[in-house]
Formats: sequence, C-alpha cells, structure tokens
Amino acid sequence: MQTNELTLAQVSVGAELPELRIDVTPSTVVLGALATRDWRPMHHDKDFAQERNGTRHIFINTPHNAAYFERYITDWTGPKGRLGKIQFRMSDSVFPGDTMVFCGKVDGVGTDDRGCGWVDLSVELKVGEKTPTRCKARVALPVDADDNPWKRKGDDWQPAPVA
Amino acid sequence: MSELPAEVESWIGERRYEETGEFDVEQGYVYTSCSSVQNGNPLFWDEKTASEITGGRIAPPSMISVWFRPHYWSPGRTEEAVPMQLHFDLKAALGLPEAVMTDNTITFHEPVRIGDRLKTVQILRSVSGLKTTKLGTGRFWVLDMEIENQHGELCAIESYTGYGYKRS
Repeated sequence: MQTNELTLAQVSVGAELPELRIDVTPSTVVLGALATRDWRPMHHDKDFAQERNGTRHIFINTPHNAAYFERYITDWTGPKGRLGKIQFRMSDSVFPGDTMVFCGKVDGVGTDDRGCGWVDLSVELKVGEKTPTRCKARVALPVDADDNPWKRKGDDWQPAPVA
Repeated sequence: MSELPAEVESWIGERRYEETGEFDVEQGYVYTSCSSVQNGNPLFWDEKTASEITGGRIAPPSMISVWFRPHYWSPGRTEEAVPMQLHFDLKAALGLPEAVMTDNTITFHEPVRIGDRLKTVQILRSVSGLKTTKLGTGRFWVLDMEIENQHGELCAIESYTGYGYKRS
C-alpha cells in the first residue's frame, strides 16, 4: 500500500518525478475501456479500429489515459495530494505492444490567497522516441504535516489555473 | 461543405442533454478502475485512510466520466445509448462518420462520494472549419460537460476536443 506523504516544502521547481513504465497489451486496453464504461469498438475490436479508424490496433481511450495520469501523480504525492486540474493532448494513440513511459517535472510551486499549496506539473507519456500524450496538471499538497487539501470547500478550493 | 450548418451553429453555447446518471457511484467500479491502472492510493482501498483524509470513501477524480456513461444495453432500449450524445449528434449532422478525442481537460471541484448520483449537462463551445490531418478531413469541436452531485454541488467540468472526419 502506498505511503508517500509529500508536503509543499519538499517540492521545488525543476524537480523530476520518478519514471513509470507500463507494457501495454490488448488486455491493458480492454481492461481500461471496461473500467471506464467505454463500449466503443475501437477500444476492443482490432478489425473495427483498423477498418474504421485507420489505426494499426485497438488503442487506449481518453478516460483510461486520465486514470494513468492520476495514478502517476498521486503515486508521487501520496493520498493527501488532491488533483485540481489535468489537461492533456493526445497527438498519437497508444497500442498493444507499446511500452508507455511516464515522466514528469515540477513547473511551479506556490500558495494561493486562501493558503492552499499548489504544484504545477508537466507530465509526458512517451512511447519510444514519440510522445503521444502531454499533460499539464495542478495538484494541491499539504503546506505542512497538519494540513489536508481535501478539507477545502467553496472559495477555499480554487483548482482552475493551469498554464 | 465548409460552412457550418445552421442547426449546428444554433447548438453552440446551448445547454443540452441535462441528464442524471443511470446508477449510484459505487465501490466495485472504483476497485475495477484502480486495478486497471494499478493505482494503489489507499484513499480508494483502505476505509480508515479514506475516513481520516476525505471524511469517507470517494471515487478517484479521474473517474468522473464513468458515472454518467450509459449501460451498453438495458430493458426497453432499442438504440445504442452513447455517452456525450452531442458528440455523436455532431458526427451525424456534419456527415463525419469517424471521430477521435484529441484533448481532455478536467477541473475537479467537490469530491465524488460513494452513493452519489451525478447529473450532467453538455455544452458545445466551438466547431472548427474543415481541416485535414493524417486521419482524414473533418472538423474539431470542443464540448464541455458540467457535472454536479445530488446536492447541486459542482463536482467537475470536463472539456473534450473531438475530431470528426472522413478517412482520406
């Protein structure tokens, strides 16, 4: 069970997140599609993906991508890390046989006018020499050991800004 | 067909398909989702941790779209139900048989809790002119989904960029 308990003081601009490697199989793609209740055939039917979408195989769907980004970021932060925003662009698809490599770095660290600690991240999902998906994320971290971003509500929770 | 049909033009900015999810947010799907990406965050696996940090069990924020995706089949349904009906309406209205999503932005507000029943509304923000990519020729569109819980609290705003196209 994950036990990280990152606080804002432990993070600095330019710091790199640990790399995560995932070997993608047809099961990876189908499991993600089912877990996200995405029944569209390009995520489980290779013939459909090739003939209709013109892709070389079935491919990972959008919410499965999001779930991987969440997992990657909160593996690093621990359970008190609270996602404020993620935005990602899928310029290419990820297929069975690919190895996904997630890497990330800290672009910004700060505290908003409500005292909430924020970290801005750039995360890349790479496959070989390609970067099929690039993600920007904003995650709240405790400002100290007694803080808990999950307790913020209303005006005390301002998740929007991402460069 | 470079001009946008008037019907599609009229959809821009309109709040369409205000719907309530077909089932409550539930723990089994949370386990399935975490398992699919090997997410070991104890918030989603350990009741004591969830109680201490989030005041009870919640769903992973990135699961937000799971809770309003329709069943593949249900009694009385004669046509395939699809999530983001507006996306499929655009494909039909613009004569673009294939589509992929290219961008996704999610802003997270109130956590989604086990037992919640979410409500959504779909809003078309923009449709591009005709563009040719390696997939074919078509148009990009931006759709927002606003999601709130049964208490009327905003849980998330999800924005998708879709690309509908005819293969080259």
